[in-house]
Amino acid sequence: MTLDDKLFTLKYRPDDVSHLRPDLEKCKECVSKVCTTICPAKVYEWSEAEDKLIINFENCLECGACRIVCEKKCLEWEYPKGTKGVTFKNG
Amino acid sequence: MREFSDNKTEVIVVGGGPAGISAAITIARAGHEVVLIERGSFAGSKNVFGGAIYAQPMREIFPDFEREAPIERLNVAHKYAILSDDESTVISYRHKDVENPSYSVIRGKFDRWMAEQAKKEGVILVEETVVRELLIENEKVVGVKTELEEYFANIVILADGVNSLLAKQIGFRDTIEPKDVALSVKEVIKLNRETINERFNLADDEGCIYELFGGPMLGMLGLGFIYTNKESVSIGLGVGLDALAEKNLKPYELLDALKSHPTIAPLIKGGELLEYSAHLIPEGGYKKLPTLFGAGVMIAGDAAMMVNNLHWEGTNLAMISGKIAGETAVRALARGDFSEKMLSRYQKDLENSFVMKDLKTYRNLMDEAHKRSESFMGYYMREVNGFFKMFTTVESIPKREKFRKFIFDFVKKRNIIELFKDANSAIKLLWSILIK
Repeated sequence: MTLDDKLFTLKYRPDDVSHLRPDLEKCKECVSKVCTTICPAKVYEWSEAEDKLIINFENCLECGACRIVCEKKCLEWEYPKGTKGVTFKNG
Repeated sequence: MREFSDNKTEVIVVGGGPAGISAAITIARAGHEVVLIERGSFAGSKNVFGGAIYAQPMREIFPDFEREAPIERLNVAHKYAILSDDESTVISYRHKDVENPSYSVIRGKFDRWMAEQAKKEGVILVEETVVRELLIENEKVVGVKTELEEYFANIVILADGVNSLLAKQIGFRDTIEPKDVALSVKEVIKLNRETINERFNLADDEGCIYELFGGPMLGMLGLGFIYTNKESVSIGLGVGLDALAEKNLKPYELLDALKSHPTIAPLIKGGELLEYSAHLIPEGGYKKLPTLFGAGVMIAGDAAMMVNNLHWEGTNLAMISGKIAGETAVRALARGDFSEKMLSRYQKDLENSFVMKDLKTYRNLMDEAHKRSESFMGYYMREVNGFFKMFTTVESIPKREKFRKFIFDFVKKRNIIELFKDANSAIKLLWSILIK
């Protein structure tokens, strides 16, 4: 079972704008890019082609791990709006 | 039911989890107006835990919950499994304790039920609302600012969970470090009742808790768990964020590895995934407690890092700390005094309760565990399985030879200095837990 299959079990109400706002210039200098491995929903992906961090914020589980491990401390992180984001029925 | 109309109330509680609900209901029961603000579409919708709740602390807030609340199973079996690559040693304790049991519950159902009860008792529940910041006037917290409006209160209780951005805003705590939290991922897997009862050796609504050491987490500060629900099992793990980051591990891949361990796989075979989830667990303990009170404000539950990680306790600490915060608020309201000095009673009462006493007892645990995780969570786990392998294998080698070789290897593989450090760590921990 892939991670996408797992995420497919969740109820999401995605926002139009991202609640995760890293300083993308600093991300380019980041060595570990640890957000791309630690995120349990694979929200962050590094695009070699674009030399850019891709943020699939609509998959976010709102755990906060990325905020704490961010190497460059350049992530502006807030909860999605009250009507948005993930809903756990079986948490 | 009362309405929250004129943007001014007596107490605002931020966060509709176990801590926030306990605080709010305590205040409402004393006849005061209290508004509970929850960011999810219903209380429990953003919450994740193992999990089990404990009857005794639950009854302190909801005396009749066992008859009314959506409970899954009454836990009768506690199993501790030490996993290495393809081996396992399992210790099992079984006792049907009806006096002080624990129950498996699902937060999405259980917290929603608790919030409904709170509403019935007069708490004004506001859902789908995120508190973005605290309002401060003359160094006193005077209210909250949501996406839409400003709301004012004499006291604000923060029960906004492990990430508590609000505690950070008012400088109650420093930035959380990766070693102070564990990242947990969980899957709830649907299986029918008979299959669960058969596989876990249970009858009717009896439940089983599995604590899983080692496996894909060997050498890391991390633990796996299985809880049985009525018609599903919750399986997951929590690993120190520092270890995950350092080793570049993906949490869901670790869980996949745990699920495929030969001891675990048969337990969940053929089940259908109902839901995947993730959450942080506060692991900083006593030394990382934030400032707990200030003028017009108190902080409870996960937001205050109140987790006893050795005993997998969290929701009970949340509920009791919430209750004590609620009681402090009631006293302050009676006197019309919301100063820092008045609310310092919260900390004093916490210190006299098991909450602070337990956190203090284990104050050195995480430091030592971090230092010696490779030994305690790795080397010795392997050796336990190694011992049973040696003990149970018949290979026509004289037993004395086998015992001597096992002991010789045990010391040799782990040189003397490391053994000494491990012993030192263990003694230091035991001393601080049992003596002072």
